[in-house]
Amino acid sequence: MLMTAIYGIAFLVLAPVAGGIIAGIDRRITARMQGRIGPPLLQPFYDVGKLFEKENLQVHTTQQFYILCYLVFMAVTGVLFATGQDFLLVIFALTLAEIFIVLGAFASHSPYSHIGAERELIQIMAFEPMIILTAAGMYLVTKSFYIRDIAASAVPLIMLLPGLFIGLIYVITIKLRKSPFDISTSHHAHQEIVKGVTTDFSGPTLGMIEIAHWYETVLLLGIVYLFFAWNPVIGILVLVVVYLGEIFADNTCARVRWQLALKSSWLIALVLGFLNLGALYFLRGVI
Amino acid sequence: MASYLTKSPWILHYDASSCNGCDIEVLAALTPMYDVERFGIINTGNPKHADVFLITGSINERNIEVVQSLYSQMPDPKVVVAIGICATSGGVFRECYNVSGGVDTVIPVDVYVPGCAARPESIIDGVVTALGILDKKRAAFAAGQKTAGKAGEGP
Repeated sequence: MLMTAIYGIAFLVLAPVAGGIIAGIDRRITARMQGRIGPPLLQPFYDVGKLFEKENLQVHTTQQFYILCYLVFMAVTGVLFATGQDFLLVIFALTLAEIFIVLGAFASHSPYSHIGAERELIQIMAFEPMIILTAAGMYLVTKSFYIRDIAASAVPLIMLLPGLFIGLIYVITIKLRKSPFDISTSHHAHQEIVKGVTTDFSGPTLGMIEIAHWYETVLLLGIVYLFFAWNPVIGILVLVVVYLGEIFADNTCARVRWQLALKSSWLIALVLGFLNLGALYFLRGVI
Repeated sequence: MASYLTKSPWILHYDASSCNGCDIEVLAALTPMYDVERFGIINTGNPKHADVFLITGSINERNIEVVQSLYSQMPDPKVVVAIGICATSGGVFRECYNVSGGVDTVIPVDVYVPGCAARPESIIDGVVTALGILDKKRAAFAAGQKTAGKAGEGP
């Protein structure tokens, strides 16, 4: 019980720090890939500090409430994950958090914000099947939906769930807001819909979105880590490789249309996910 | 200690009616050659995220409202930098029937960067000068918010 509380509080405090540093490393590596020097490592923290120094300009008073809910539920999702709760509960809480940013974007009247919100919904649809299949696959192997049991399992999940791993890496690009799937909003300056879901947020409200995104990044990397929980060294190495791969994809891919993002995500989930689960079913006597 | 605002000034760039010469120089500042992201400067393209408003070209009758709208959508504290001689004073177009003059005829301007076209070095210098003004405005804004908060506490 005490350990659970410690893990929860540690996540609340350390996840934004880790997420911000990851974002800083990301921006530096991105700059190097483009032949630039790039901003200081702590630039994401300066940005958020700056946003909290600005005027809180609101188009609609409910906007900030929705974004506060987004931040709170994203943190709650992370805490549920860090304390080893039910994987399905983590997924549902994550979806709830995402829905709040969509509501926040729909609360204003900007057409860019609305298109961004619609695309965010599509992104959620694209992401969900794969992560639910991941939870199902992990359950089939470890016989538990609880993160703590999955993390404590001595079975190398990656050996039994390679299809789910590849599929998850594919859709995680959507949640990390990386090209080719940064359709609802992008880290980079210009987009055809200005800034998508974040267009009408400014100052502290935008700062909260950034912090929530740091929580989300750490949570997603945590889910990827579960595949390698039997060996932390390999796990951390894989996280580094996966994230570098995401940065590489971000810098080399053009943004796709939402149709392709949705179709390809579902196709990958369907083919890799079901092949993997099918193989598990047929091998159930052997392993 | 310098404020976070001066470490992370996000830019909004608007072409009022420039010949595009100054715009190309503004964008040149973002290329690997000058790489202003070293100083945390990002070209946002969204007034609600921006701290520094860069305007090139003279103001004409058709874009007065656009410039005023963009300016009003930016959250305080904010600064305006007029880039190039057209934005500064109207330049060679100041006598035109449809031109109202430089940017300061419609919104308050903090820094003027003359030149035709303004060079990237002078644009960066102008933005850095603007950061000093931005920091002063931030201090004033923070003080104003504090007094506003105190006034709000009363019955």
